[in-house]
Amino acid sequence: MLDNLQLLFVFAPVMNVQMILDGIFIGAVFALAAYGLALVWGVMNVKNLAQGDFVIMGGYLAFSLFNMGVGPIAALPIVAAVMFGFGWICYLLIIKRVIDNDMFVSLLATFGLSLFLQQVMNLIYGPEVQTIDSKFPILTMFDSFVTVPMAKVVSLLLAAGFAAIIIIFMKKSRTGQAIRATAQDARAARVLGINTDRIYAFTFSLNAAICGVAGVLVSIIWVLQPFYGIVYSLRTFAIVTAAGLGNLPAVIGVSFALGWVEQYAGIIMGAEWQIAAAVMVLIGVLVWRQIQLRRQRQVVR
Amino acid sequence: MYKKYSIAFGAALAVSVAGVSGGAMAKVEGDTIILGSALSLTGKYSTNGFHTQKGYDFAVDRINSMGGVKVGGKSYKLAITYYDDESTPSRASQLTERLIQQDGVEYMLGPYSTTMTKAVAPVTEKFKVPMVEAEGASRSLFTQGYRYMFAVLSTSEYYLAPVLDIMADKAKAMGKNPADLRISMAFENDGFSLDVRAGVVEKAKEYGMKIVIDDKLPADLSDMSATLTKTKALKPDILLVSGHSKGAATAARQIEEMKIDVPLIAYTHCEAAKVQEKFPKSAQGVMCPTQWLSNLPKKDDYFGDAAKWNADFKRAYPEYKVVPYQTAQASAAVLVFKDAFERANSFDRDKVRDALAATDMETFYGDIKFAPEGNNIAKPMFYRQIQADASYKPIITHEDMVYPRKASY
Repeated sequence: MLDNLQLLFVFAPVMNVQMILDGIFIGAVFALAAYGLALVWGVMNVKNLAQGDFVIMGGYLAFSLFNMGVGPIAALPIVAAVMFGFGWICYLLIIKRVIDNDMFVSLLATFGLSLFLQQVMNLIYGPEVQTIDSKFPILTMFDSFVTVPMAKVVSLLLAAGFAAIIIIFMKKSRTGQAIRATAQDARAARVLGINTDRIYAFTFSLNAAICGVAGVLVSIIWVLQPFYGIVYSLRTFAIVTAAGLGNLPAVIGVSFALGWVEQYAGIIMGAEWQIAAAVMVLIGVLVWRQIQLRRQRQVVR
Repeated sequence: MYKKYSIAFGAALAVSVAGVSGGAMAKVEGDTIILGSALSLTGKYSTNGFHTQKGYDFAVDRINSMGGVKVGGKSYKLAITYYDDESTPSRASQLTERLIQQDGVEYMLGPYSTTMTKAVAPVTEKFKVPMVEAEGASRSLFTQGYRYMFAVLSTSEYYLAPVLDIMADKAKAMGKNPADLRISMAFENDGFSLDVRAGVVEKAKEYGMKIVIDDKLPADLSDMSATLTKTKALKPDILLVSGHSKGAATAARQIEEMKIDVPLIAYTHCEAAKVQEKFPKSAQGVMCPTQWLSNLPKKDDYFGDAAKWNADFKRAYPEYKVVPYQTAQASAAVLVFKDAFERANSFDRDKVRDALAATDMETFYGDIKFAPEGNNIAKPMFYRQIQADASYKPIITHEDMVYPRKASY
């Protein structure tokens, strides 16, 4: 561990450039999926354990389209649309029935959905790892010490563009306003004539579409496997817990921070700690919140 | 409820068998010898589970069509009872118990993967049922003192360690000291890969080579850029990666993306992960271990040589363009059983077990001779290097090897 620190800061400080860049690229993907989770959690109080599987599903859709000759960038809107429809179906079949029950029912239902999706993807695509070769060039810097694949730059820009569209949509459009109103007070929103059932369906579908887009980006920069979803679920939960609901700048900030934590943990403590680091962040945040909220906690009489 | 019945039934069966025939009653129905196997036909190992099943079936068909197994002057046919273990170890051991206790199977063929074999072996051992397995390579399978398990394949410590032998020879030929070589390595955190790692560590110690990076990859890690960034900074001479197909795919993708220029790169499961097809640029010059070569000059009476087995198998199963070695070794396992039955000239389990232990034969898959622990010591692991023209070239000595590798980034 010490020699890794030495390597990082004394012998090859230029490594840090690579780490920070990689952290940003992967943070952008996390940010999308985490924002979708924050949305569903905040608006509907549903903790979607199938979040990561939606991401992987989006990736596999992009993979299928790629095999049909559609490039990943062109696939993006198609996957978003398909996932939106899929989200709507999931809502009607499952989420609608559990939304008024307590938290554990929705956890169980989405966990079941997660297992179901994993097995379906396993049946269709098989357990082998799949990749998309997007044929983007690779840039090199610092005497080819730092490499920046254009695929990652493109996915960062796409993520940023997509996030901007969602922000504007949430701020300006009538549906966006209705979603925010429902999040604040569903009953008041209903009184004022908002069809909250429709808003819930829309929110869940929007989340699925966002995950689908994140999945396309995953397929460009990483590899796909039917059982990889859990890692993304885990990261999004860590991010949303740390950032809080309905706080988009915090979600983005924490996503990048988590990207960096993972990269540095991987270098300093070894690759086996990379994902463990995400979980440790989650635990750390929970402990910190516990201490922070102590003062305000009161006994219910 | 069901389980209770099955236990009661199994116990009754065991008592009756022991009482009537003193444990010597073999599972032979009429003129058919029934072998049993719990294979992963669904779940995460299913791809290789099917490769294994087809290898077994192909050998059974061939042996039956060429006169079957001759025991006591009579000719017997072979048949296999399969169950799907759903790629779950606990299911595999339950099903093995079922095969033995309820179905009365007395000769087992192995499941797919080290993990499953580890779950099955204690059961076959308990019931003293001989098992020939073809797909569990982990060294740790052969340190448990199992007497009834035999494996036709080379064990895990031979997957990457011999690369260091070849490399040491290369260094000597170039007038360098092998002890100056530096190794970077990343292994998945599972039984098989850690066994591969143990072999490498031992070999590196033998030559005095220095391991500068020794990372363990979590099972669901799809990003090994941290390891590779370190590799880039430390400029080692050798990069070794083992993590089944997904490890190879992740490594190949990121080695290409980060333009890693280590002079010698080796990883396991190259063919299964299709690294040559998917990442031709970084794959060039990569060394791949394999259990078997389809042009191996070894032969037997049933399949001819390796090339003939390969061609015949493709004719029987036209969906295969390239036949994985997993299938070849499955066929070899059936051949070993047939040979043991004939030499034992009996269906007595212990006689068959002793005959298996005394196996010393040549097959299209290579020579087979078991150590007292049950692993095959007669067959080496083979190495191939991916060439610029996308072919795999067998590497026997260091002179065959392109070094340093020329990647065309």
